[in-house]
Amino acid sequence: MSKIEEILSQKILILDGAMGTMLQEYKFTEEDFRGKRFADWPVSLKGNNDLLSITQPEAIAAIHRKYFDAGADIVETNTFSGTTIAMADYEMQDLVYELNYESARIAKEVAQEVTLENPEKPRFVAGAIGPTNKTASMSPEVNDPGFRAITFSELSAAYKEQAKALIDGGVDVLLVETVFDTLNAKAALFAIEELKEELAVDVPVMISGTITDASGRTLSGQTAEAFLISISHIPLLSVGFNCALGAKQLTPHLEVLAQKTDYGVSAYPNAGLPNAFGEYDQSPREMAEQIRDYLSRGLVNILGGCCGTTPKHIKAIAEIAKEYKPRQFRKNLSQTETE
Amino acid sequence: MIEGKNTSKDTLLRGNEKRYLKLSGLEPLVITPDSNFVNIGERTNVAGSKKFLRLIKEEKYDEALSVARDQVEGGAQILDVNMDDGLIEGKEAMVKFLNLIVAEPDIARIPIMIDSSKWEIIEAGLQVVQGKCVVNSISLKEGEEEFLTHAKKIKRYGAAVVVMAFDEVGQADNYERRIEIAKRSYDLLTQKAKLPPEDIILDLNIFPVGTGMEEHRRNAIDFIEATRWVKENLPHVNLSGGVSNVSFSFRGNDPVREAMHSVFLYHAIKAGMNMGIVNPALLDVYDNIPKDLLEHVEDVILDRRDDATERLLSFAETVVGTARESKTDLSWREKPLQDRITHALVKGIDEYIVEDVEAARENSSRTLDVIEGPLMTGMNVVGDLFGSGKMFLPQVVKSARVMKRAVAHLLPYIEEEKAKLNLSDSDGEQKKSGTGGAGKILLATVKGDVHDIGKNIVSVVLACNNYEIIDLGVMVPPEKIIETAKAENVDAIGLSGLITPSLDEMAFLAKEMERQGFVVPLLIGGATTSKAHTAVKIDPQYSKTVVHINDASRAVTVVGDLLKEETRQKYMADLKTEYDTFRKNFKKRGKRKEYLSIAEARENKYKINWENSEIFKPNKPGVQVIEDLELEKLVSFIDWTPFFRSWELHGKFPAILTDDVVGEQATSLFNDAKELLKKIIKDKLLTAKAVYGLFPANTINDDDIEVIAEKAGAKNVIFRTLRQQLSKYEGKPNFALADFIAPKETGIQDYIGCFCVTTGFGTDELASKFEKDYDQYNSILIKALSDRLAEAFAEYLHKQIRTEDWGYAPNEELSNDELIKESYKGIRPAPGYPACPDHLEKLTLWELLKVEERIGVKLTESLAMWPAASVSGYYFAHPEARYFGVGKITKDQVEDFAKRKEIGFEVAEKWLSPSIADE
Repeated sequence: MSKIEEILSQKILILDGAMGTMLQEYKFTEEDFRGKRFADWPVSLKGNNDLLSITQPEAIAAIHRKYFDAGADIVETNTFSGTTIAMADYEMQDLVYELNYESARIAKEVAQEVTLENPEKPRFVAGAIGPTNKTASMSPEVNDPGFRAITFSELSAAYKEQAKALIDGGVDVLLVETVFDTLNAKAALFAIEELKEELAVDVPVMISGTITDASGRTLSGQTAEAFLISISHIPLLSVGFNCALGAKQLTPHLEVLAQKTDYGVSAYPNAGLPNAFGEYDQSPREMAEQIRDYLSRGLVNILGGCCGTTPKHIKAIAEIAKEYKPRQFRKNLSQTETE
Repeated sequence: MIEGKNTSKDTLLRGNEKRYLKLSGLEPLVITPDSNFVNIGERTNVAGSKKFLRLIKEEKYDEALSVARDQVEGGAQILDVNMDDGLIEGKEAMVKFLNLIVAEPDIARIPIMIDSSKWEIIEAGLQVVQGKCVVNSISLKEGEEEFLTHAKKIKRYGAAVVVMAFDEVGQADNYERRIEIAKRSYDLLTQKAKLPPEDIILDLNIFPVGTGMEEHRRNAIDFIEATRWVKENLPHVNLSGGVSNVSFSFRGNDPVREAMHSVFLYHAIKAGMNMGIVNPALLDVYDNIPKDLLEHVEDVILDRRDDATERLLSFAETVVGTARESKTDLSWREKPLQDRITHALVKGIDEYIVEDVEAARENSSRTLDVIEGPLMTGMNVVGDLFGSGKMFLPQVVKSARVMKRAVAHLLPYIEEEKAKLNLSDSDGEQKKSGTGGAGKILLATVKGDVHDIGKNIVSVVLACNNYEIIDLGVMVPPEKIIETAKAENVDAIGLSGLITPSLDEMAFLAKEMERQGFVVPLLIGGATTSKAHTAVKIDPQYSKTVVHINDASRAVTVVGDLLKEETRQKYMADLKTEYDTFRKNFKKRGKRKEYLSIAEARENKYKINWENSEIFKPNKPGVQVIEDLELEKLVSFIDWTPFFRSWELHGKFPAILTDDVVGEQATSLFNDAKELLKKIIKDKLLTAKAVYGLFPANTINDDDIEVIAEKAGAKNVIFRTLRQQLSKYEGKPNFALADFIAPKETGIQDYIGCFCVTTGFGTDELASKFEKDYDQYNSILIKALSDRLAEAFAEYLHKQIRTEDWGYAPNEELSNDELIKESYKGIRPAPGYPACPDHLEKLTLWELLKVEERIGVKLTESLAMWPAASVSGYYFAHPEARYFGVGKITKDQVEDFAKRKEIGFEVAEKWLSPSIADE
């Protein structure tokens, strides 16, 4: 059992909050994004947050540090769009390995520093693997429902490249997140399994889906339970939901997972639903109070925040989580381990 | 830590959890020991269904999808998809079909079984489905290495797997070999490939029995015993198989096959088989199998006697005999009275029903008891069989006929007793028909519409299920519906319609019901209605329940759920939410379509090269009338496929007559139809009339067709056509019918034709005569036949126009099949249909041909034709003229149309509303 798995059975682990929201405060310009190295890059790079791991590494490290200081046990690498598929928008497919490797390295360095300061509370890095900007089981072409803009093989090749760089960079766990099309996630899991076999390493995997709206389904149409069944063929550290909804709206779907899975359950909702200006304005206290509901019902093992959340939100969540025991799972762990 | 150790730990971790096979489509399917037998739908299999193979070969994916949809609606819990055929690109077809299925939420709901003997097809399938699928199948046939490689891949893709009992030596064909291969496969899969055992589905090979070969005698019992062994010795696995194999040697004798399937399943399920491929139509209820047949069949299945096969074979001949000559087989007449009545109702035999109910009446103290007792008992059996898909619509309608005749016989006695006992009127009234216990339903075809076949079918089916039906007939004004609903205090209102203006009528009625504070559910049905229209246009008008019912068989369950005390509240709430969600999604989807302005669409019109076109001047210009065509001439022009569809029997004629599922019913219905048709022709019960005309014409101002009046000095007539506005792929034009007539500015004189045919005179009289005789079956039959004859007449006349009157294709030789496929030159689109969805042009047509004056066909206020069995339309002769759908148009074309037609915008908007895109 790896360290993180061991701790997961003892306490609720805290994940960090939004990276994008924190980066906005820096108000980086096109020049800042480019740095010296990409001054002459042919396309605009503003908005390519993943690139900041190379051009503004201090900012990324500082944000990780803030989240650890707020009480996070795990921070996510700055690699949400780190695949050749998503990087094609910036013509940076060839930089994918470096982007992921650097992001992992920066986060790991910060984690090690913080762990040294307080060895009682070891800190971890999760390699973030986003959904890409293409869907494998939906057609972008309304008049041609049989069309697909991307195939399973293309996706799994891209994911494999990203996952390899993250592992090489030192992440403790891989996090396949914001899954809106389960087939994309299955391609990622497929790639990770291949990689684990080829590298003969074991790295725990977390997966987090996204329930898009009040329909209670993923964008690709699955219910929470169908999603769970579709991804449970791979050993997972945790399965959960993030993004799209606020903490309150996420509750019924977490309940399904908590009831039906033998894996850990994670949740990192948005700071409420967006207001009229598309901003997330739920206060840390309000969000934490909604999350208290998960805790009192014993639904979760890992908690954090997605869009609109800040170190203050994470701090509030971490403080509340201390009061509660984690969800019980893998009841027969001790029994079977001795077999 | 290395991979292998990790996985084994995972397997252990989950060791004591409940290990059930869990699959998923958009929704989960968890198979527990408490689950009923899981039925795998297999009509989407090119190896098993000729129809499906043809659809895939011809790339008719829309129809292929509806095969899948039928399976899901028919209760399949897993959908088997197989594309293994030498003549198709299996991998490509698999991917394409699965991609299309995934886009249909009502199909993709259930898990997919990817069925192929080729690994590359399986893998391609696994790569396009998000849910947890089943792979069908792998085996040890090619050795352990390949077996394990594939199994590991399957695990990595996250699928369950069917494992065939097959190894390097061959297929397991006895008990020992079955358990040997099962155990070996299980051990390899769980220990080496680390597959969770619950994801393994063993198929132990079902082989035929009763073949006469000594070595086949134990085929069934060995399967069953091996199943039992596996269940006891290989924890958590599932067991499946293709059941119809077992009765292979009795092909052609369905009663025996059905009994064999039931007996086999009865024992196999007890032994542990929990899923499989079963054709529900070829399955009798175990308890219903006649005792002697059951004994003979069990002797064979369980191998209980040395001479079991011979005995079943000779017994089978008698079963075949009775099946084929059921009219003369009167053994059922020997049975007890209740059995006779039930038999008569289930089989639709009305010859003896009066005799039987009379006997029942003599045994009862009250006549009413006969209805509430023996007759309702029989009808409940009919209801159950229909509900479970074991009876088909035409049979149910025949059952209703028997029921009505029985009730008619009893009615005078009931009246008499009522007078004697002085029962209160209302009580007697409510019960006298013997129906109505379940609730009172009002049905009507809305104002301006004359089509009622579907409504009549729904009426019969509901009546069979103990509902009292108040059928207001056709062209019912909304006031009358509202008034009757109030006076009769009905429990639900059902509206039907076929033409598009009826959609508005329905929305209007919903609004009116809301205004007048109605609370009862509103049911919507008929050919042009749809869930989308109901959700978007009708449901928002009425705050109580609105539900769209697309076929009669669903009507029973829907109405049941709506009226039953236990279910209604939840069901109504669910429906409201469902329509609400549907509406939201629909609107979202609508927004994504892009439309051209009408000016842009005209720019992109279809351009015929008129310089190089050969224009034919009609041989017989002007208007012609056919007073009374010999009906016999039309018979060979009948397209029977839609006829069967109106009875909810789906399939193409003539293949439908031998279809595995509905073939028997289709044949019986076809025979009845042919008989009635003969009578119609012999006694001249219907009159076929037509008026048609061929005129000089040119297109003016892009979208209008100017028709030069017959007589000099008379006013020219102008047809306004509608143009497609949906933004097309590069190079695809935006069609309007006007594109097929030469524009005036070319200076070329072109021509157009118009027609109206009818075979409807006499239909209503005949139908009401049948109804007086309690014969709804023939009443619906005659209407369906009249419709077919009218279509046949249109086809007949079109041919005469092409080869003689216009004469632009004098030498064409087309078979009826080719006619149905519309492989002729030129088209005959009809107002109200996709190429010209606007009904208003019928008024112009009527004016031009003087239709009503000449042949008596009228237009209702919604511009439906009366009699209903009529067809009207245009003729276009140009070889490039083709059928198309106008699709949705936008406001600017409506404005333009109103202006051209010199009518108000609101008027145009009202008539075109079904074609107008949401903004």
